[in-house]
This record gives sequence, structure tokens and C-alpha cells, in this order.
Amino acid sequence: MADLIQLLVAGVSIGAIYSMIALGFVLLWQTSNTINFAQGEFVVLPAFVMVFFHLILEWPFLPAFIATIVVSSFLLGWVVRKVLIARLLEQGLLPLIIATIGLALFIRYSLQVFWTPLGLYFPPVFPRVTIQLGSVSLPMEELLNLATAGLIIFAVHLFITRTKIGWGMQAIAQNRPLAAVLGIDVSRLVTLIFILNAALAAVAAILIAPIYLVKYDIGISLGLKAFYAAIIGGFNQIRGAFLGGLLVGVVETLSAAYISNEFRDGYALVILILVLMLKPEGIWGKKEEWA
Amino acid sequence: MTREGLLVRRFVPLLVLCALLVLPLGLEQYKLFVGSLVLVYVIAAIGLNLTLGYAGQISLAHAAFLAFGAYSVAILQPHGIPFELCLLIGAAISFVFGLLIGFPALRVKHHYLAMVTIGFTIIVFLCLRNFPAVTGGSFGIPGIERPDWGVVSFESDRAYYIYTLLWAVPALASAYWIKNSRWGRAFKSIRENEMRAEALGVSLRNYKLMAFAIGAAYAGVAGALFAPLLGYIDPPAFYIERSIQFLLIVVIGGLGRFEGPIIGSIVVVVLPEILRASQGLYLIIFALSIMLMMLFMPKGLIGLWDLFIERFAMPRDASRAHRAAE
Repeated sequence: MADLIQLLVAGVSIGAIYSMIALGFVLLWQTSNTINFAQGEFVVLPAFVMVFFHLILEWPFLPAFIATIVVSSFLLGWVVRKVLIARLLEQGLLPLIIATIGLALFIRYSLQVFWTPLGLYFPPVFPRVTIQLGSVSLPMEELLNLATAGLIIFAVHLFITRTKIGWGMQAIAQNRPLAAVLGIDVSRLVTLIFILNAALAAVAAILIAPIYLVKYDIGISLGLKAFYAAIIGGFNQIRGAFLGGLLVGVVETLSAAYISNEFRDGYALVILILVLMLKPEGIWGKKEEWA
Repeated sequence: MTREGLLVRRFVPLLVLCALLVLPLGLEQYKLFVGSLVLVYVIAAIGLNLTLGYAGQISLAHAAFLAFGAYSVAILQPHGIPFELCLLIGAAISFVFGLLIGFPALRVKHHYLAMVTIGFTIIVFLCLRNFPAVTGGSFGIPGIERPDWGVVSFESDRAYYIYTLLWAVPALASAYWIKNSRWGRAFKSIRENEMRAEALGVSLRNYKLMAFAIGAAYAGVAGALFAPLLGYIDPPAFYIERSIQFLLIVVIGGLGRFEGPIIGSIVVVVLPEILRASQGLYLIIFALSIMLMMLFMPKGLIGLWDLFIERFAMPRDASRAHRAAE
């Protein structure tokens, strides 16, 4: 029983980080019909940037963290949107998918060649102590990761549902031409979404970096998990991305522990395929609604 | 359009490509090995071009289909089953799984389909890795032999190039036939507008399933030829990166164009060999050029040839009419 609770917490904790990555993914799709196959690399690059500021330049944590968010929001948000995506949107979905695959390869190989093909150690953000609750011992790190990710997702939720800019984003998601007619600056808001996505990915990167080693090729599996989370939860809801992420995290952790570790990457997939066959709009997704 | 224009447009690229297929026979051993690899990729890419280029169904499961072909040969051949039969079995398995993977395509599109097919590739990869009794597990299967007919053996790289050519030519010919048959037209009609196609009496279900199954069967054949070419196969050779590689081949060459898979395969296989000295840099340049290409040449390299023809070989009006007809 104690084992089960510990595994559940571990699963929910890693799942919350997947949720953050999935959330940006869903926002991009909703507001700009961009499927970002480089989403995993959007997490890896900030992790390396953080290594640069924090470990190489030896800045204290907070300035390094802020610098990382600023740099990756600029590069992966603004630059990617202006240089790559803006021109591609007219050409349909497929060129966009391929171009983001190209972007993913570009980031991955650049890090491998110009930086290092090895995994880099990253110091834990939160203290590595365990809290003892009866027979259950819970790592502080997992709880704080969960709390951080949960808070940030909740903040994004409030931003989208309670602010004027958020309403504008919802309007774009529902009907882009109409939103434009009503005087919403579509292009500006979409750029903002790109920046938001990059920032979310950067925070996820800093939470996940101490768990995995910082390595050029971890983006593939991270991006896939975010994608699973988005699809399982439903592509049109923040709640969906959140719950989808948690589900992927929990299923992965529990099944790796109780069934077999070899097929670890496969279990979430089975759910994914079932969801797609039975309810393609996602477990919590609805067809025409958002946020 | 003038008849000559049409002839130049259609047949010059074809002639050039045929020459490219035969020319490597004059080369030395290692280059012939690379040449055979190109042919194997061409066969697999033809299949993906059918699924994605003509029928418009994105598939990232091609690495898995390649694996079915390769593992069929690697597993069955040591039991004394002739290579050709193994190849056909591999193609048949791929065909059946292609049908199965086609079913989700009836319900979901674009990125969802991309995801389902990636998922399939991962599941096949995990199975290959985790059933060592059959597949050799992560160590793979070494010592896969090239076909030997008793009278002629295809052991050398030169002979094996000829052997792959023997399969590549009918693959190309059948693809050309499919393209111009009612099947090809039905596929294209689905790509352009599903609803309209259905209204005109094209059975979406049957044709979509077939687009996947036939595409997969080509990959199965390619996989069967791939295994003895390398002589050794292991699961990582059939992971997502391989699927993405095929996707890039088809797009770089020119989606939905007959010449596309050939041009794409040559670029994707031969360029790294030439730039081997700067291996890492090559990958970066490659990734960059994919993005640039999508930005400025979404129709692939064959699109360049089209532009050239439009500029120099065809009168303006004719070229416009031709483009409209495509």
C-alpha cells in the first residue's frame, strides 16, 4: 500500500511536468493550427541554456533561471514564430509538420555537435529530503515539482479565462477570421502564445533536468509524452492537457513498477490508441469548445 | 501545351534517373553498397509516396513495416526457406499490418494519424527488443546471408546491386502503373477532398485501407532486401528516426510525384556519404535545409525541375494550363 502511494505520487509528479509541456502544445494548436513536432527540443534547449548560465557562468539560481526563460522565450517563441511558422501557415499542415521536424533535428544535432553528446549532471532545484507519513515516505522534490507545475498550469488557466488577452486567445481558437473582424490583433496574440509556450517548456526543463540527465536526445521521448497527454486528454482543453499529462505519468510509473519495465514506453501508447479509436476528441475533449 | 514540352517534362527526368540506376554498376564495391542502399530506400519510399503523396495519409509507421520485411528474412532464412519466399512473406505481413494501421486512419487525420503511426513504430520496436527468443532482442540478428541461386550467387556487392535492381525495377513499374490507374486517381481524389471523393462514389474506407496496405507492402519488400545488404539487423535500425527519414525522402523529392522517392533517396543516402568527414555538421546542414525547403520549395526538388521547364521549355500559357491540370 505504501508502495502504491509512493508510486502514485511519483507518477503524478512527473505527469504534472508532462502536462506543462502538453499545455503549450495544445495552446499552439488551438490558436495557430501549429503542430509542433519540436516540442521535446523546446524543453531540451532551455535545459542546456540553464546549464550554461547556472553551471558554466556560475550565476546564482534565480538570475540564471530568469535568463533562461528570457533567452528561450525569445529564441523558441519569437524567432521561431516570426522566421519559421509565420510563413509556413499558408502552406498547410504537412509542410509545417515537416518543418518542425527539421527544427527538432536542427536543435538536437546542434547541441550534440557544438556542445556535447554526453549527458550533463544538473543539480536538484529542490532539496532532496523525504517526508515520512506513517509508512509512506515521499520525496520533497516530487511534491514541490508537482506543486510548481500545478500552480503554473492554474495560472495559465486563469490567464486564459479571466483576462482580456486570454479571451482574445479563446476567440482566435474558436473562429480566427471572426476574431480578426472583431478587432483582435490575431498575429500579435499568436506570437504571444508562442512565447508563452516557450516559457512553459523552459520551466518544465528546469524541473525535469535534475531528474533526467541533460542530454541532447531526451527531447524525442519528452515531446512524444506531451503529445500523448494532449491527445489522451483532448486537444481542446487546458483541463484535458493537464489530466492527460497526469494520466500518462501515472500509467507509465505504475505499469513500469508492476507489469514490466521493458515496455515502459508502450503502456501510454496503448491508452492513446484506444482513445483515438473510441473517442478521437480525447477523454475530456469536446468537439467545439475550448478552455 | 506542345507535345515536345510534355515529352521533355516527362521523360528527361525519367531517363536521367534510369541512367543513375544503371551507372553505379561501373563503380567499386563500397559505392555499390551505397547504391544498393539507395535502391532499398527507393522501394520503401515508393510505398510511403503512395500512402502520403497520393492518398494524403501521413504515416510514420514505415520503419515498422521495414522491420517486418527485414526480420522475416533474418528469422526464416536460416530455416532453409528461400530468400524470395521470405521476402514475399515479409511483404504479406507488412500488407496485413498496413491494413490494420489503416483503420485508425478512417477516424483520425493529420497529426493524430502521425501519432498513431509513431505509436505503432514504437510498439513494434519494443516487441523486437523484448522478445529475444525470436528476434535476438537488443543484440539483433547477425550473419544474414544474401540470396544464392546455386548457379548464380549474389554474395558480392556488385551482384547484390543487380539483385536489388531486379526488385526495384518492377517496384518502380508497378508504382507507375498504380499512379495512372483508377486506384491512383481514387487516391488523389481522397487527398484533394475527401467529401467530394466520397460523393463521387470513391469508397473512402477501401481506398484508404489499401493506400496504407500497399504502401506498407513496398516497405516490407524493401526491408527484406535491407537485411542481407547489411548482413546484420537490430531494433534501433527500425525506430522513429527511420520513419522520419522516409518522410523526409518523400518530401524532399517531391510529394505525390513519381520521381520524388528516387530523387529523395539519392539525396538522403548519398549526401551523408559524401560529407562523411563532417558527419555532425552534415546533420545540421541537413536539418537546416529541410526547414529552408519547406519555406521556399514545399514541392520538393522535383519542383525545381518544374520551374526550369516552365521558364525555358514551355510557352507561358501552356505551362499555366499544365499546372492547373496537375
